[in-house]
Amino acid sequence: MIPAAFDYVRAGSADEAIAALGEYGDEAKLIAGGHSLIPLMRFRLAAPAYLVDIGRLDDLKYVRDGGDHIAIGALTRHRDVEINADVQSQCGLLAKATSEVGDNQVRHRGTLGGAIAHGDPASDIPSALLALRATVVAKGPNGEREIAIDDFFTGFLETALEETELLTEIRVPKVPDATWSFQKFNRRAQDWAIVGASVLVNGDQAGVGLVNMDSVPFRSSAVEAAIASGASAADAAEAAAEGASPPADLNASVEYRQHLARVLVRRGLEEAGR
Amino acid sequence: MEVSVTVNGTSQTHDVEPRTLLVHYLRESAGLTGTNIGCDTSSCGACTVHLNGESVKSCTVLAVQADGQEVTTIEGLANGEELHPMQQAFHECHALQCGYCTPGMVMAATSLLDEIPNPTEQEVRIGLEGNLCRCTGYHNIVKAVLQAAEGNA
Repeated sequence: MIPAAFDYVRAGSADEAIAALGEYGDEAKLIAGGHSLIPLMRFRLAAPAYLVDIGRLDDLKYVRDGGDHIAIGALTRHRDVEINADVQSQCGLLAKATSEVGDNQVRHRGTLGGAIAHGDPASDIPSALLALRATVVAKGPNGEREIAIDDFFTGFLETALEETELLTEIRVPKVPDATWSFQKFNRRAQDWAIVGASVLVNGDQAGVGLVNMDSVPFRSSAVEAAIASGASAADAAEAAAEGASPPADLNASVEYRQHLARVLVRRGLEEAGR
Repeated sequence: MEVSVTVNGTSQTHDVEPRTLLVHYLRESAGLTGTNIGCDTSSCGACTVHLNGESVKSCTVLAVQADGQEVTTIEGLANGEELHPMQQAFHECHALQCGYCTPGMVMAATSLLDEIPNPTEQEVRIGLEGNLCRCTGYHNIVKAVLQAAEGNA
């Protein structure tokens, strides 16, 4: 339960971190709060030769008003997202999903950017960012680019980030008038969701992101389309698992996860006032 | 590599491997064995300490990440012979049986009261969700935290 040996590099700036990634290539991993990476390293599921610590890049810890969106620095800790008044009022679904991550101790260390860059389909936060239609910003040796959240998650624990790119910011559209609900089903407090659902209703449009229903965070397009065409919550929710390939494990079979997705999306739509 | 950490108010410098976890650093380099190792998988909370005043699970923090930072362990709470109010409340409410989870519980609970000085019972239970007690002693633990919070009122 001790990580394999590695060399430790502390980055003093985003550019230094990007340069280190360029130098060490796929031998390197970035570490922020470390609450996804350190457990993997302890199980020896990850054994990077170089660990590039970006945890002290304080200029990437912020929540700002970006006009039509809230801009959140990638190194902002879950705790600071959860209690931020602007996040709560402009995109409350993200504050709520963040408050469901792990426990207080985990949220004191884990970061928004880290949770996304880890690309874990069982994480709560990506589902909220799907429902809210967020955009992420990545910085590499050739400058910055924006990536739509739908293009970001490319496979199990894989993202669209290039080897030499650093995730710097998450832009979340302001939807102060939207109603929303975060639903999480698990057996014990603090556990990962067996299935979770982020539901956002904004006028006749809905955003629905699901946790642990595929190899990537999953957008339930079928439910969104049904809501857009005027379906009731119960009817729309019937389509929740359409197109998803959920995993089977000790907690749940494929069929049970599909069932949970339908139930949680229905509850979510109802709580959001549909 | 060389790591300097202010532990319970005293600056300490040790040469550690980068892979050294904070909990091992505290127990083996700093010689403070009050912080327990429980599940080793960031689930149980037995290893909870304060990093810059906030509760963290020291099994999931590298010692190098704490370089230049302040750590408080259970040994740093009491004022000489005088117990910290949370320790006193645990004592008075019989909030422990085997005691293994207690250091982590106390550190998590003091951090919780820093954030929510006068919590409801529900807020205490949610706030301690990251700490497991296998003696099923939660009832008296919650009682102790609420009693300690009364001192904040």
